[in-house]
Amino acid sequence: MTDSKRPGGLDLDRRSVLTLGGLAAMTGVLAACGGNTGREPSTGASGASAGGGSKPTLQQWYHQYGEAGTQQAVERYAAAYPNATVKVTWKPGDYDQSTAASLLTDAGPDVFEYGNGPTIDMIKGGQVVEMTDLFGDAKSDFNDSILQRMTYQDKIWAIPQVIDMQLLVYRKSMLDKAGVQPPQTIDELIDAAKKLTNGNVKGLFLGNAGGADLMGGPMLWSAGLDYLTPDNKFGFDDPRAATALGKLREMWDAKVLLLGAPKDWFDPSALVNGLTAMQFTGLWTFPDIKKGLGDDFGVMAWPKLDAQGKDSVPVGAYGSCVSAKSNNVDAAKAFAKWLWIDQTKDQLDFATSYGFHIPSRKSLIPQADTLKSGQAADAARLATEVGHAQSPLLWTPKCSTAFGDAMNRIVKEGADPKAQIAQVKSVADAELKRVLS
Amino acid sequence: MTLSARLRGRQDRNLWFWVFVGPFVIGLVVFVYVPIIWSIYLSFFNSYNTVTPTEFVGFGNYLDMLRDPAFVDSLWTFAVFAVFIVPVTFVASLAIALLVARTRVMQAFFRSVFFLPTACSYVVASLIWKMSIFSGVRSGLANYVLGWFGLDSIPWLSLAQPPWYWLVIVTARLWLQLGFYMILFLAGIQRINPNLYEAAAIDGAEGWKVLRHITLPQLRATSTAVLLLLLINAFQAFDEFYNILSTFGTYPPYARPPLVYLYYTALGSGQDFGHGSAGAVILTLIILIVALGQGRILRLGGRDD
Repeated sequence: MTDSKRPGGLDLDRRSVLTLGGLAAMTGVLAACGGNTGREPSTGASGASAGGGSKPTLQQWYHQYGEAGTQQAVERYAAAYPNATVKVTWKPGDYDQSTAASLLTDAGPDVFEYGNGPTIDMIKGGQVVEMTDLFGDAKSDFNDSILQRMTYQDKIWAIPQVIDMQLLVYRKSMLDKAGVQPPQTIDELIDAAKKLTNGNVKGLFLGNAGGADLMGGPMLWSAGLDYLTPDNKFGFDDPRAATALGKLREMWDAKVLLLGAPKDWFDPSALVNGLTAMQFTGLWTFPDIKKGLGDDFGVMAWPKLDAQGKDSVPVGAYGSCVSAKSNNVDAAKAFAKWLWIDQTKDQLDFATSYGFHIPSRKSLIPQADTLKSGQAADAARLATEVGHAQSPLLWTPKCSTAFGDAMNRIVKEGADPKAQIAQVKSVADAELKRVLS
Repeated sequence: MTLSARLRGRQDRNLWFWVFVGPFVIGLVVFVYVPIIWSIYLSFFNSYNTVTPTEFVGFGNYLDMLRDPAFVDSLWTFAVFAVFIVPVTFVASLAIALLVARTRVMQAFFRSVFFLPTACSYVVASLIWKMSIFSGVRSGLANYVLGWFGLDSIPWLSLAQPPWYWLVIVTARLWLQLGFYMILFLAGIQRINPNLYEAAAIDGAEGWKVLRHITLPQLRATSTAVLLLLLINAFQAFDEFYNILSTFGTYPPYARPPLVYLYYTALGSGQDFGHGSAGAVILTLIILIVALGQGRILRLGGRDD
């Protein structure tokens, strides 16, 4: 049956993580065939008795980060932990799926990272333990939208590790040449894209799907709406949402969008190679953009639809979770707290020494050398000020599939946004009813 | 004779039977039959994030899946896809096999050339198709060729209308699969008794007549097997579709194989094993029904021999 099929070793399209997944996709692709489960029998020492001599053994899982040196870094942090022996497993390939499956068994990790924290079904299924008590005073220091994303019913289920973000990047020289100012609204953006489109050079790159897979959330936010309301009801049954999503179709019809670039939006080559003047991409591309364009680029949030709307940037973070099946839940929690709350030096190192990420503790941002000046500083400010978690906790895979289908039909086929939104609503309402029951 | 001696059989035959067959039987049971039966079991339960569910829901999951327009839509798409891809692959691989079988020079070379793509990973082939041959910019091979004729670049995989993505997928699939089925046909052709051809030649048969009255009937067993494999393959399509068409976190609602849909909504990070298993069982039943129907039709035709 289904298990005989390879899901393709690639993670070009990992479901829930916007950003680190993109990096892994860029550089981690070919290593996707390792088979190390990394699980060794734990010593069986319980967390409670850990003080009495023999240290417990903990298994910690990471997905394969793309940047060189990250694996050595997390192994170094783990080795420095005094109260337990921590074995780090670096898992290439379809991390989310294999980790989710491993939580069903006893062979899973004690501490593991998961994109934007555990899923709602992991929380409801009792597969992960609550982490609220670990935060203490530090709680207010974490990026608000990310922490909110990992919170369910006032309980926190993961510790945010490092933040990644997406934003609009443009080539200053191309805008200057066309006499275009950085756009402040969506309509200005469309105008700018039209002026910047010239033969094989397109004005705007929103990914090879014309933004159908990427820009749904930002378009809702630009209209001042969201996937869900604060009280967890369907959030965009609204004519303004239809208008906003229709704007993507307008761009598509105007033929100002770059389509079919050899590398998708998470890679800067379309911008660097001059295929487009503006590109929606990730903070992690900045080193490559700098290499290719020097200082000839600027950054901005995804603009608001109109005066009633809001600017936005999507943010995401891997969250450190503790499995409920761990033999040493307390020891695992203590380790997660030690590394991702207390060890600010390691957090800073992990966020800035290997690639471009933002520490999830706000107080560390001013200390991050990579984020002190220029475009990266602008980006870090946007993440704190107008950052939106990529999608809410209660937005299940089924909801995002339905929304992705609707976006594809709206953008690529010109379907009526209102009717498509109604279809998403019927799926989402059923899912919300299920997870909230 | 003692009991143990009797159990072992003459010359320990039973013992050796199990020594040789046992490991495979165990593997088959553990990795194939148990998962299938477990999956059927799960399909009757509400089993989010668990494989030991407790809440029995009867046929609820099946009704949900059959009422899910996206799933039903993918089933129809792949029924149509099968109607197209099965005959095309069948005829093309048979044609190549016939040509290669007739070749007197460098037969081994041509056999290898056509068979070699089978050894290529679906993922690698998909990436080459997606990023090199059918990328949407001028540097892609297909658009480069269009450039010779002064035509605009086509973003092959971004457009929903016209559905150029089928061209990409079907060519990738044919390139990957033709060689394998060609080898099956070639083996079948080489087993045909040459006396038949000699007798036919003496009776004055040649060309199409030989093909129709000797080669094709003699290939019936091979043809049945190839058709069945092609059919199962069409409905179980996953790899090249997933790797060519999926973008970051989503898969477009068109050309979406049932298994890809299940992967996204239920069996991937969703871990909704109840609905996922129900969908998989529905798909299996469809394959079973179509395969049985096909077997019956071919057997009816075979009664004359």
